[in-house]
Amino acid sequence: MIKLEGISKSYKIARRASGLRQAAKALFYREHTIIPALNDISFSIEPGEIVGYIGPNGAGKSTTIKVMSGILVPDSGNCTIMGFNPWRDRVQYVKNIGVVFGQRSQLWWDVPVIDSFLLLRDIYKVPQKEYENNLELLVGALELQDILNSPVRQLSLGQRMRCEIAASLLHNPKILFLDEPTIGLDAVSKIAVRQFIKKINQERGVTVILTTHDMSDIEALAERVILIGKGKLLYDGKLKELRSRFGTEKTITVDYHENNYPFQIPDTTLLSWSPVRAVISVDTEVVLTSKVITQLSSKVDLIDVAIESRPIEEIIVQLYKEYQI
Amino acid sequence: MKLYFKYLLILFKSQMQYRTSFWLLSFGQFFIPFTVFAGLYFLFERFGQIKGWDFFEVALCFAVIHMAFATSECFARGYDAFSGLVVNGEFDRVLVRPRSTVVQVLGSKFEFTRFGRILQSVMVLCWALMNLSIEWSVVKAITLCLMIISGVLIFTGIYIVAATMCFWTIQGIEVINIFTDGGREIAQYPLNIYQKWITKFFTYVIPFGTVNYLPLMYILGRTEGNDILHMLTPLIGSLFILPCLLVWHFGVRHYRSTGS
Repeated sequence: MIKLEGISKSYKIARRASGLRQAAKALFYREHTIIPALNDISFSIEPGEIVGYIGPNGAGKSTTIKVMSGILVPDSGNCTIMGFNPWRDRVQYVKNIGVVFGQRSQLWWDVPVIDSFLLLRDIYKVPQKEYENNLELLVGALELQDILNSPVRQLSLGQRMRCEIAASLLHNPKILFLDEPTIGLDAVSKIAVRQFIKKINQERGVTVILTTHDMSDIEALAERVILIGKGKLLYDGKLKELRSRFGTEKTITVDYHENNYPFQIPDTTLLSWSPVRAVISVDTEVVLTSKVITQLSSKVDLIDVAIESRPIEEIIVQLYKEYQI
Repeated sequence: MKLYFKYLLILFKSQMQYRTSFWLLSFGQFFIPFTVFAGLYFLFERFGQIKGWDFFEVALCFAVIHMAFATSECFARGYDAFSGLVVNGEFDRVLVRPRSTVVQVLGSKFEFTRFGRILQSVMVLCWALMNLSIEWSVVKAITLCLMIISGVLIFTGIYIVAATMCFWTIQGIEVINIFTDGGREIAQYPLNIYQKWITKFFTYVIPFGTVNYLPLMYILGRTEGNDILHMLTPLIGSLFILPCLLVWHFGVRHYRSTGS
């Protein structure tokens, strides 16, 4: 459904040193540096997938989304989505996609939400019947009844984001691009947005590509992740595999009756120690957790043991480090 | 076209949220060209005529170009203020919608307050027409309408070219105002009072002459030679917008967007 082959894109950035004098000089003469934003990116996505697109700031996530949604023309490479070339067949193509930019609104700021929806209906030429059905569904699922008639500028961020997502689905797109859809949302709104994304993916088979910095979004939604850094594709595969490859370390927290002698267990790292509690990091590929606990129980008088996998966030941080991005 | 009016409707609703500011701005817009016109009036008060043109003839010239300018600022404000769309990345949004970029940019902004300005030029136009002894005919009336419409198209064309530059410079360039504001100031007088090269520039490069000076001669019955040719010049002038649109479509492909 989506196929990218060898997409590269670079930006020409004007460079200048700080200071008033340099700024004045830059009025007449500028040095340019070419910054590669995307470097030979290839991947393909099947219908009905939810793909998490991750990477640190400036990695090229938004640029990729913009290429895929027909906003930017890449320097080289091919992109075919549903048989269209996004930038050449722009008008025909964008009928089939919905795009949400978390940081930018697609609604008209000063008028009630419903007016924006009506104009979008006309822009996308959605038949009245279909529009009414969709609106009813979206209003129900995203709980928009009470805010449909308020001007957008009076909405909270969470309310606005729900409206943004509804707005991008009024025309029944086959693909939904979400660029940081949960940025700045509180926990309740985040969960509502996630559940809804999951729902339209399952019920309508909408293919979803989302970028985010919030790994819990990815964990809740995406089975597959694509990681990019400095414009290069670094990892493309199942989230589970990423976990088993990099997430073999577990953290064991033990509480015990007061013991004034620090202890060491072979093949593990003691992360912290106090007379009543210790935190130990274990690599399960090196030593089994059960063995560690047996050894622990022989050294101290255990009260409680808690074993945790490493949070996905830490895995990502480690990945970034490993790839030096 | 229908979509454009839908855009206008929603912008009008937005504007009505700020009613006081709307009235104040309209009021201000009414008086800006008024001062310019007062200058024109006192100039003729002192000198009587310029190169054989009397006050009301020049007033007609003035009214036509100002009406075209105000109307284009009203309707093509989206292009005039286009750098804003590029700077804050709103143009991304335009590109992900399945409609022509031209309609969407035109529909992104509409200066309702310029109605004050249009009103002012309508008044000047009426005043000038009442005081000129013109033998009216249907053809002349059509010519007058064409002058204004083509004028709007030419100003819009300049805005479009200026907007296209934003794809490379991101920020708007004020240089282009030489052609919009400057062109307006120059074309409010009959072009034959200027140096030859200015007349030529504003006839063949940016064809303000074709919507103002040349057809005006026909309306005032001053033509030497072919009447029809003079009458049709506004139509020829309006073709100016075509290369502008071409440049625009070329520019869209070079859009770089901004980071987010």
